[in-house]
Amino acid sequence: MTDAPNQANRAAILNGIRRSLHRGELVGAARQAVEARLAEPPHGPAVKRANLDQPAKVVLFCQWAEANNATVARVAPAEVPGEVAAYLARNNLPAQAAIAPSPQLAGYDWASQKMLSLRRGRGEATDQVSITGAFAGIAETGTLVMASGPEHPVTLNLLPDTHIAVLRESDIVGGYEEVWNRLRAGYGKDRLPRTVNTITGPSRTGDIEQTIELGAHGPRRVHIVVVRE
Amino acid sequence: MQSTAHDFKDNVGVALADANLQDSLAKLKVGFSERRREAAERLPEFEALRDCARDIKNHALENLDFYLEEFERKVTALGGHVHWAPTAEDARRIIAELCQSMGARTVAKSKSMVAEEIALNDHLESLGIAPIETDLGEYIIQLRHEPPSHIIAPAVHLTKDQVADTFFEHHRKLGFTRRLSERNDLVAEARHVLRQKFLDADVGLTGANFLVAETGSSMLVTNEGNADLSNTLPRMHIVLASIEKVIPTLEDAAVLLRVLARSATGQESSAYTTLNTGPKRPGDLDGPEHYHVVILDNGRSAVLGTEMQDMLRCIRCGACMNHCPVYGAIGGHAYGWVYPGPIGAVLTPQLIGVEEAANLPNASTFCGRCESVCPVRIPLPRLMRHWREREFERHLTPRAARQGLKLWSFIARRPRLYRALTALANRALSLFGRAEGRFHTLPLAGAWTRFRDFPAPPAGGTFHAQWSRRRP
Repeated sequence: MTDAPNQANRAAILNGIRRSLHRGELVGAARQAVEARLAEPPHGPAVKRANLDQPAKVVLFCQWAEANNATVARVAPAEVPGEVAAYLARNNLPAQAAIAPSPQLAGYDWASQKMLSLRRGRGEATDQVSITGAFAGIAETGTLVMASGPEHPVTLNLLPDTHIAVLRESDIVGGYEEVWNRLRAGYGKDRLPRTVNTITGPSRTGDIEQTIELGAHGPRRVHIVVVRE
Repeated sequence: MQSTAHDFKDNVGVALADANLQDSLAKLKVGFSERRREAAERLPEFEALRDCARDIKNHALENLDFYLEEFERKVTALGGHVHWAPTAEDARRIIAELCQSMGARTVAKSKSMVAEEIALNDHLESLGIAPIETDLGEYIIQLRHEPPSHIIAPAVHLTKDQVADTFFEHHRKLGFTRRLSERNDLVAEARHVLRQKFLDADVGLTGANFLVAETGSSMLVTNEGNADLSNTLPRMHIVLASIEKVIPTLEDAAVLLRVLARSATGQESSAYTTLNTGPKRPGDLDGPEHYHVVILDNGRSAVLGTEMQDMLRCIRCGACMNHCPVYGAIGGHAYGWVYPGPIGAVLTPQLIGVEEAANLPNASTFCGRCESVCPVRIPLPRLMRHWREREFERHLTPRAARQGLKLWSFIARRPRLYRALTALANRALSLFGRAEGRFHTLPLAGAWTRFRDFPAPPAGGTFHAQWSRRRP
C-alpha cells in the first residue's frame, strides 16, 4: 500500500527512531560506512569444524544429517533410481512419488525402476512421497538447502510424509556463508528465490512435555541420496 | 492480551499451588538448560559468536532507520508490500483489512509473540475471521483459551494428560472418538486436523525471527514446518514483525542462527529455517500471490538511545526463562502478559507501563544466570534494576517497604551504628534461638517464617566480629 496513511505511519516510525538516536537521516561518512558494510558483508567467527577438504565435508554432512534423524545413502549417479526404489521398499512405502520437474532429476534413468510410478509437479495433500533435488548441503549441521522455482516447488519439501532429496557431493559446502554466495551467484545479488528452505532432518515438535516427536507438520522421514561424481 | 501483571503476587500463589504446573516445570529445569550447555560446549566458537551476535544487533539498532528503509526497498522491488504500524491498533487494522481484501474466513497462523502482543486473534474473531494457530503448542492453548506460558514452548505448563483431555474434548466432533494416551498419537491427530485447515486457509500469517535488509527477506525458524505451510499454501502471506527484527545481511543471519537454536533448545540447527522474499514468481508452481510485511513499533523506537536500548537486542530464544529460578518456580502465566521470565520483566514495563508491571522486575534474585546464557548478552539484571529505580521514584513501592528501605539505608551508611545494631540483633537471635537453633515465628519476618524456619545465628558474633578476630 502506498496510501497516505501508510506514508504518514512510515514517517512517524522512522522519525521516531531518528529522534531517539539524536540524529537526522544518515548522511555523509556515516551513511557510506553502513552502505559499504551492506555491499561487503563482514563474516562472523569462522566455525572450524566445517573447514575441511571436500571429501571430509561430505563425510561431516552425512554424520550431522544422521545425528539430526535424517537417513543418508551414498551412491553413484546410475544408482540413484535404484536407491530410491529400494528405500521405499525397505520402509514399506508405496512405489509412487511426486517428483520435482528439474533437469537434474530428469537426467537419471527412472525407467530402470519398472515398479516406480512418478508424477512430475508440485506437492499435493495426497502425496505420500516426494523426490526433489537440493540447491546445497551444509556440512556444519547436515542441513539441506532448497531454492524454490519452477523446477523445485516448495510444497514437495513439506506436504508428503516422506521426502527424498537427491544431493550432489559437489553441492556440499561448509557453512551458511558459502550458500549465500552461491545464491547470489546463481540468482543475482538482489533477487533471492521466493523461498529458500533450509531443512535439518525431519519435522519435529517438543511441545508436549518437551519430548521430541518426529513428523509434526512436515515430513516424518527425510532420506538424503548423496550422489558421487 | 489483557494484562494481569498487577496481580503478580496473587498469580504466584496460584502457580505454586498448581500441581500439574509444578510437574511440568520440574521437567523444564533439567531439559532446556542441560541441552543448551551441551550444545554450547560442542561448538568452541560459541562465546565468540555470542560477542559477534551482540555487536550485529547493536549495529542494526544504531542504524535502524536505514536498514528498515533498505528492507522496504527490496521487498517492494520484488512485488511485496510493506505496511508501517506505529501502534498495536494500527497493526490490527492493517492485518484485518488485508484479510478482508481476500474475503478471508480463516487465517492459518504460525506462532508469533508480536501477534499475542497486539491481541490479534481477538480482533480477527470480532470481525468473523477465524485465526487458526498451527504450532502444536499454540494450537493446544488456543483450544484451551489460555495464553502462552513460554515464548518458544507455549504449552510447556501442560502435562500430556491435560493435552489428551483437551484433544478428546475438541476433536470428538471431528470424528476422533478415542481418548489418546501416547504422545506420538496426539501429535499425529493434531497433524491430521490441522492439515485440512492449512489447505482451506485464505491467508497465512507468520512472525519473523529476522528481517534481512540486504535481500528484503523475512526469516523464520521453526521445528514443526507449520510456518512453511502457512507461507506456502494460502494465497496471501502476511508477515508481522517488530522494528528491531531487522538485521543487515545474510552473513549476519548466519551468526545469529548459530546462537539462536543452541540457546533455545540446544539443537545444532532448528529443523526449518526459511527465507521468504516476495510473492510467487512467474513459473512457480506454488506459493502465495500476495506478500505483505507489517512492521510494528508499539513503543520500541522510544527505547533507542536510552540506557534500556539493550533490551531490543533480544532474539526471543527463551534461554533467560529456561535458566531463571523464579520462572522455574512459577511458570509463565504468573507474569501476567505476553513475555514472561527475565526478558518479560524488562520488556513488559516498557510496553504496557511500569505502573501495571512494577512487580515483575522485583521477581528476581539477581542471580545473573539469565545474563550468563543470553546469546546477545543483554544485561538483564541491570535492566531490571533500572525498572526498580523507576518504580521507587514513582512511589509505586508500598509505603512500608519504602520506609523500611529508608531506615535500612540510614543505618547502612553509618558503619558504627550498623555494627552496634547488628551485634545486638545477633546476640538476641542466638540467645533466643539457642534451644532449637531455629525460629518458627519471628516478629517482622512473618512472610519468611510462614513457609520455612529462620536459622538462628551460630555463636561467635557477627561476620564482622568473626572476621576481625581471624584476620592475622
